[in-house]
Amino acid sequence: MTTLLDPTSERTTGKRSISPRPADIADGTVALLDISKPRGDVFIGRLDELLTEMGVAVRHYRKPTFSKPAPLDLRRQIAAECGAVIEALAD
Amino acid sequence: MSLPIANGLLAVVKDDCETCHLVVPVLAELAEREYGVVIVSQDQDDFPDGFGAIHDRELDISWRLGIETTPTLYRVEGGEVVDEQAGWHRSGWERVTGATGLGAGLPEQRPGCGSDTMLPDTYQRLLRRHSPYPMSSRRVGLGTAEDPVEAAFARGWTDGLPVVPPTEERVARMLEGTELPPDQALCTLPPDLAECTVEKVAINAVMAGCRPEYLPVVLAAVEAAAGRRFNIHGVSATTYFSGPVLIVNGPVRRRIGMNSGVNVLGQGNRANLTIGRAFNLVVRNVGGARPGGVDQATFGSPSKLSFCFPEDEEGSPWESLAVQRGFGPEESTVTLFAAHGPIEVVDQKSRTPESLARTLALQLRMVAHPKLAGMSEAIVVVSPEHARLFREAGWTKARLGKEIHALLTLPTSEMVAGAGGTAEGMPPWLADRREEIPKFGPEGLWFVHAGGGAGGFSAIISGWVGGRAGSEMTTVAIDQ
Repeated sequence: MTTLLDPTSERTTGKRSISPRPADIADGTVALLDISKPRGDVFIGRLDELLTEMGVAVRHYRKPTFSKPAPLDLRRQIAAECGAVIEALAD
Repeated sequence: MSLPIANGLLAVVKDDCETCHLVVPVLAELAEREYGVVIVSQDQDDFPDGFGAIHDRELDISWRLGIETTPTLYRVEGGEVVDEQAGWHRSGWERVTGATGLGAGLPEQRPGCGSDTMLPDTYQRLLRRHSPYPMSSRRVGLGTAEDPVEAAFARGWTDGLPVVPPTEERVARMLEGTELPPDQALCTLPPDLAECTVEKVAINAVMAGCRPEYLPVVLAAVEAAAGRRFNIHGVSATTYFSGPVLIVNGPVRRRIGMNSGVNVLGQGNRANLTIGRAFNLVVRNVGGARPGGVDQATFGSPSKLSFCFPEDEEGSPWESLAVQRGFGPEESTVTLFAAHGPIEVVDQKSRTPESLARTLALQLRMVAHPKLAGMSEAIVVVSPEHARLFREAGWTKARLGKEIHALLTLPTSEMVAGAGGTAEGMPPWLADRREEIPKFGPEGLWFVHAGGGAGGFSAIISGWVGGRAGSEMTTVAIDQ
């Protein structure tokens, strides 16, 4: 019998379920996260208009660069200050 | 393990060896004389008959002795070998034993046979059995009818090409290429942030087809990739074309037989191809960057399979890339660059460096897009024919870089979105702030020398988003 050595990290990717959707979007502040791609601001700006019209409070955030994961501090800040997040890819 | 005797003469023989049969009378002489000799037989318990030979069935004694040839006669003192002679060699046997007039009637010398420990399968088995470092990776037992190559595909371990099955024997042999213990943690590898050990790199190096002497290059590259500067997470996840390009400098290039000449960026050289491939397999299997998962490239590029080459330092008119990046010429290094290509540069007519620099600038302008600047970096692989022109004119790398930067400092009005009838380009507000934009940043353009001797060509290796916003070129020393 041939025995091979496992070349992987031998970890199973943890599966996390998405948080339940807020019952009412107006309940908490919505984070608008611009990932720093060109024209992300256009998309985010339009969302801001629409949400504000609906009476929803929004806060703007921006990743330093689209090429790297959002810094931990930024993720924590968003989680602490907002109830939902919309991340805009744009381009 | 210890040897069967602490002091005295030890002879290792095997029945399946003509020279061993030849020396039986000499062994009898030694046994009769006051010297005495203990005989270890590799393949038969009754050879030579009547000597009370120790049968080294598992070859553990032979392994301990590191024997390559039978017969070999050893003098042991205090449990250690102090002298030895392989094959039959009268003066050598007399030196080892201190006796004179041995083997009267025998020829002066006769070469021996290969020790059974050197049979390929046996060698691997012994290597694993006696490895001081047990390997800890999960064992994957295959069914008797299961083809190991197919099994690797089925488990998602490959890059789309068949791999060499990573058996314990092969991995043990690969680990001979480094002095680091297999359980040593090299780094935490993104995107999964998984611990990457020397053993995991060795397993993937086996699969890629590496030889053990290539392993230090792969280890250095993996460690460098895990750092914040190279940003392997971003390089793996981007929709862009780029993948890791590895450029090797220093003495290791020649020692492991890398090719920096004809077809340098193509196929045909085991070290070039398998080092790059091993690196990418580690990123896939340990880091977890798989196409369709984290890797969302629109096209990808062959650099995600293997893009690794050494610089031709010996033929270069310039200091090497490694020296430019702060290392000594005698240091072996690997440089990681997130990129793709090559893009061709044809110029068979230039006879002055000024003319050739213009050609390079024209083609370099198209990196990413002719109207985008300051985003991507680039390496120009300058061929020997092109390099000769710069050498004869006395142009240094710095001079060439300066000329190209001047040629590629472009009018902003041509570069902004909408100019030239295309919406792609730099933000229009730039036009109000500055008249000119440099295509490349101060550290955005590099030159290396490589390629075959014939051809008025150079090659552009075009980068991803450079600098701190993306991936920074990273050079590290190779620990050998």
